[in-house]
Parts: sequence; C-alpha cells; structure tokens
Amino acid sequence: MAEQPAPTQPILGAPQKPQRVDWRRRFQWASIIISHPQARIGLFIVVALILMGVFAPLIAPGDPNEFVGMPNQKPGDEFILGVDPLGRNEFALVVWGARVSLAIGFGTAALGMLIATTVGMIAGYFGGLLDDILVLIMNLFLVIPGLPLLILLAAYLRPSTATVIFTLAITGWAFNARIIRAVTLSLREKDYVAAAIVAGEDNLTIIFRQILPNMINLIVGGFIGMSIYGIASSTALAFLGLTNMEDVSWGTNLFYAQNGNSLLLGAWWVFVPSGFLVALSALGLAWINFGMDEITNPRLRAERELRKALKGTKLERVRATPVIRRGH
Amino acid sequence: MKYVLRRLGFYLIAFWAALTLDFILPRLLPGDPAAAILGPIGSRMTEAQINALRQALGLSDAPLWEQYIQFVTHVFQGDLGVSYSAFPAPVTQVIATGFGWTLLLGLSSLTVSVIVGHLIGIYGAWRRGSAFDVVMPPLFNFIGAFPSFFLALGAVYFLGLQFKWFPIAHAAEDSLTPGLTPEYLLSVLHHLVLPMSVAVLVNLQVWIQTMRNNMISVLAEDYITMSEAKGLTQNRIMFGYAARNAILPSVTGFGIFLGSILGGQVLIEQVFAYPGLGYLLVRAVGARDYPLMGGLFLGITVGVLLINFVVDILYTRVDPRVRAE
Repeated sequence: MAEQPAPTQPILGAPQKPQRVDWRRRFQWASIIISHPQARIGLFIVVALILMGVFAPLIAPGDPNEFVGMPNQKPGDEFILGVDPLGRNEFALVVWGARVSLAIGFGTAALGMLIATTVGMIAGYFGGLLDDILVLIMNLFLVIPGLPLLILLAAYLRPSTATVIFTLAITGWAFNARIIRAVTLSLREKDYVAAAIVAGEDNLTIIFRQILPNMINLIVGGFIGMSIYGIASSTALAFLGLTNMEDVSWGTNLFYAQNGNSLLLGAWWVFVPSGFLVALSALGLAWINFGMDEITNPRLRAERELRKALKGTKLERVRATPVIRRGH
Repeated sequence: MKYVLRRLGFYLIAFWAALTLDFILPRLLPGDPAAAILGPIGSRMTEAQINALRQALGLSDAPLWEQYIQFVTHVFQGDLGVSYSAFPAPVTQVIATGFGWTLLLGLSSLTVSVIVGHLIGIYGAWRRGSAFDVVMPPLFNFIGAFPSFFLALGAVYFLGLQFKWFPIAHAAEDSLTPGLTPEYLLSVLHHLVLPMSVAVLVNLQVWIQTMRNNMISVLAEDYITMSEAKGLTQNRIMFGYAARNAILPSVTGFGIFLGSILGGQVLIEQVFAYPGLGYLLVRAVGARDYPLMGGLFLGITVGVLLINFVVDILYTRVDPRVRAE
C-alpha cells in the first residue's frame, strides 16, 4: 500500500515525520471476516452472484426478453427452469435479473451510506442545535413507515433504476446515521482528536483524517446492511409494479409470475428461482455482517475463539465469556 | 409523565412531517402537477376534467403558503378530499374501513413475534452452542431473508390452495354480516391465521437476534455469577436476573423497527387481499387515485405512531428509571 502523503503545512513545533499507517491493523476487520466460517460462505455467495450478473451475456446469451416458447412450459431439457407466462426463458431471466437487482442494492447502499455518514458525522461532531435538528430528522425518518413512503414516492416519480435507488436511499439512510452519530460522539472525546484540535487542524481534516478511518468497519457493515435493504425493497417495489417494468430484475420476474397467475396454474418454477436468489443474496450479505458483528462486539469473537481453543475437551457450561488474549 | 409528554410531542412533529410530505409531493412534480399525474391520458381529457383533478389535489394558483394553510385546515376538519376510485366516498371513509384491520393484523403479529422471538433469543443465549442455539436462530434468519410477499405466496399455495386449511383472501367470510356474533369472530380469526403467521415469520429474526446479543452481554455481568453462587434455580436466574435486564435495550430499540415492520405489512396485506390500509394503498396506486394514496399514507403513519406511543407507555412500566425521571 502507498504511504499517505505528508501533511502539506508544517504544524507548529510538531516533528514533521510522516505518520506511519499500520495497514495490517486498519484492515484487521478483513482478516476477521475471512477467518469467520459463516462470513466466508457469505462472501462466496455474494461474489458468485455478482459474477453471474457480470457474465450474464456469456451464461445466458441473447435477449432475456425474447419470446422463446409456450408460456408456462415446465422445466425440461430445452429450458432448464421452464418458461414464464410471457413465453420467456426463465433461466435467462434469473441470470440477467441479478444485474439490475444487485446494481440497485449496491447503488442504494453507496448513496445511502454517503448520506448516513455525512449526516451522522456532522451531527456527532458539531453537536449543539445542529445535532438536535439532525437527530430529530433521523428519528422522523425512522418512525415514518418506510415502505408506504417508498410506494408513495415511487408512484409520483417516473420509474427508472436511478429514481428507485434515490428513493430507497432517502427512505433508508436514517438507521445507519444514528449509529455513526453515536460512534462519532465517543470518538470525538478521544485524545488524538483533542491533539488534532490543539494542533490547529480544521474541522474537515479532523473529521476525515482522524474520525472517519476509525469507523471503516462500521461503514462497511452499514453498506452491507443497506445492500440487503436495497435488494429486498426494490424487489418488493417491482412486485407491486412500481419500478421500470421493462427492466429484467428478480422483482419484475416475480411481478410477471404473479400477474400471469402462475401459482393458480401450479407453475412454481416461475416463482421459486427469483425468490430464492433474493433470499440467497440477502443471506449471503447478512452472513458477511455476522463476521462484522464480531469486530464491533469482541465478546462474540472471544466466544468463538474460546470454543476453538477448547475443541475436543468436554467442558462444564460457562456462563460468562472469558476473553482469550492471543499474543500479537 | 414528562417522558410520555416528550414522546407525544415527537409524534405530533412526526405527524406534521407526514402531512407536509403529503402536501409537497404532488407539487414537486415538474410543470403542472395535474398534467404530470395524468401523463399521456391527460391529452385526451377535457379542460374541465383536468381542473377537477387540480381541485381534488387542492392545487390552485394561490401562493404556496396559502395552499398549505388551506390543506392543513382541511385535514384537521377531517377532510382529506374525495377518492376517485371509490367515488363519491370521501378519503377518510375509505381509510376508516381499513384502519381496524391493519391494527388487528399489526398488533397481533407484533405481540406473537415479540414474545416468541424473545423466548428463542433468551433460551438460545442461555444454552449457547447447544443444538437449539445452533439450529433455531439461523433457521429463522434463513426464513426472514425471503421477501415477505414470497413467503405469503408460499403460504397461499401450500396451506391455502393445496391443503385448503385456511382461506386465502379477505379478512372474513363475505357471506357473514359483520357483528359481534361468534360465527363472525371465528371467521375473522380463521382469516387472520395465515397473514399473521407470515408477518411473524418475517419479523421473528429481528427480535431473536437483538435479544440473543443482549443476553450474551448480560450473562457476563457479575450479578449473574453471584446469583449462581447463591444457588438460585436456573429458571430464576434466566428470567428474573438475566432476561429482565437484557430486555430493556430491546424495548428501546422497539420503536426503531416498528415503522419498517408495520410498513412491511403492506405486501402481506396485498397478497392475502386483506382489506387493511396497505392493501388499499396498493390498489389506490394502481388506480392512480392520488388523494386516496396521500390519505392512506397518513393513515398508516398515524397507526404506526399510535402503536409507538402505546409501546412508550408500556416502557415506563418496564423500566422504573423512566418513571422516576
């Protein structure tokens, strides 16, 4: 990794040695995730789904919207997942659906976390009246029911991928902003922030150079959580027919399945794959976040390490979690 | 008391925010909102029809603040306009038909999922690493990962269509006249089972996860070790000492999830054609009935705020520190 550029302005009296960034320490969360069995499976699932979306033209060549066979045809040799009520190849729809569904999920997470991080850090760092107002806004967004608001917004806006991402981010940022604000509040009191203030650093530098890097794991965790929210909610919106219905996504697949009365006709193959993939991506992301939980709550990690250390020994039940310190 | 008043103040602000949103949204559309709403159909409508729509939306050439005051006054007079999909019924009347059903479904599923979820979380943390703990929380996590409408469709397909154990639509038998007759109430219960179970399955993981994590933290406290040393029965330690303290952060977090949980009910109501506010909302969107949409959004928000307020009052019972404040 490249060294951080040295501060351009010399600080009064401070020795001008560029700060060494301990990258191994800073990315410790990544190694914890990889060592966590559930998180590793989650990572595998998510990467596989992303690859499926990226390489959709190779996996299922041709236009997924093309009419290929008799509507509601059973899975067979020609169409391994059957045909949907509009006569489209279900396998191609499912593969191509990953593109829009995942793009909306990650897009929502990126935009939502941008809002959440900015608002949360401003509220927590500056405090006072500004904090009171921002907290009130966060609480309003939390208490006003999200999905009905989403439906209302979607009904007014022209449906497109961009507007869906925008509305999902607007309705979903508040939860993470609250967490980031709380952590900013406590980080603000740290000695190194006080030192930076004394050294005359301006607020923006302190926020971005001193506070933000210490919240990376929280932001990554929030990003993953919001991706789940984005995928699930956009699927719900599409199911209600409120997104761009010409897009192929898992949600629109389910919409056409429902509107083609597939269930009444017993055509389960039109429903199951798309719904299952939505669940699988949510699950994979949630599992990655279980690994993230162990970073923010060391007690959970200690528990796993304890179990590993005591593997094979029959043990009396221990109520409290002793923390094992490994030599670093 | 002070706590309850403060919360009440917050809910009033929240209500005002929802109201204002309702006012702003139609006016945010570029150009003439009425024309934008009508879209391609608008070109085929007469001037009089478009003017009627503008009036229904409360749009006029008056300055914005004047329109706003007029809008708010109308709302407080209980006038939310006239629905055009259920013409000539006023919006408030349509909301009134769905409000009770939404509260019934919301409160019953919430009660069941909170109780069951907390019990699973408590027991899982108590027997950490046991077969129960290894199977149950991940199982409900898996179920909760599915979209709620997908689970609802599954329930309709298997329990409704294949086994025919439960009715698949509406909140009661259509042939029965509503009333406090045992026949009618039984029918309501019978219709409630499926949508409620799906709502419970979807939400259960939230309560299991939070309670289990809280319990793990609480179980490490000294007073738990102390109570074991005193030789108290296991049940007493589990419920009287550990769970009782672990439940507090969970109740505080309650309000945060309530909006999303009750809002998510929209999809379940839609699949089961359960005549609550969510079902009506989706229908209003389909019919492009804008006055009704706005009114229903307000109605759902009021429902969520009401339940939140009830939870706040309960909270003062659970945590004596709030009362003492």
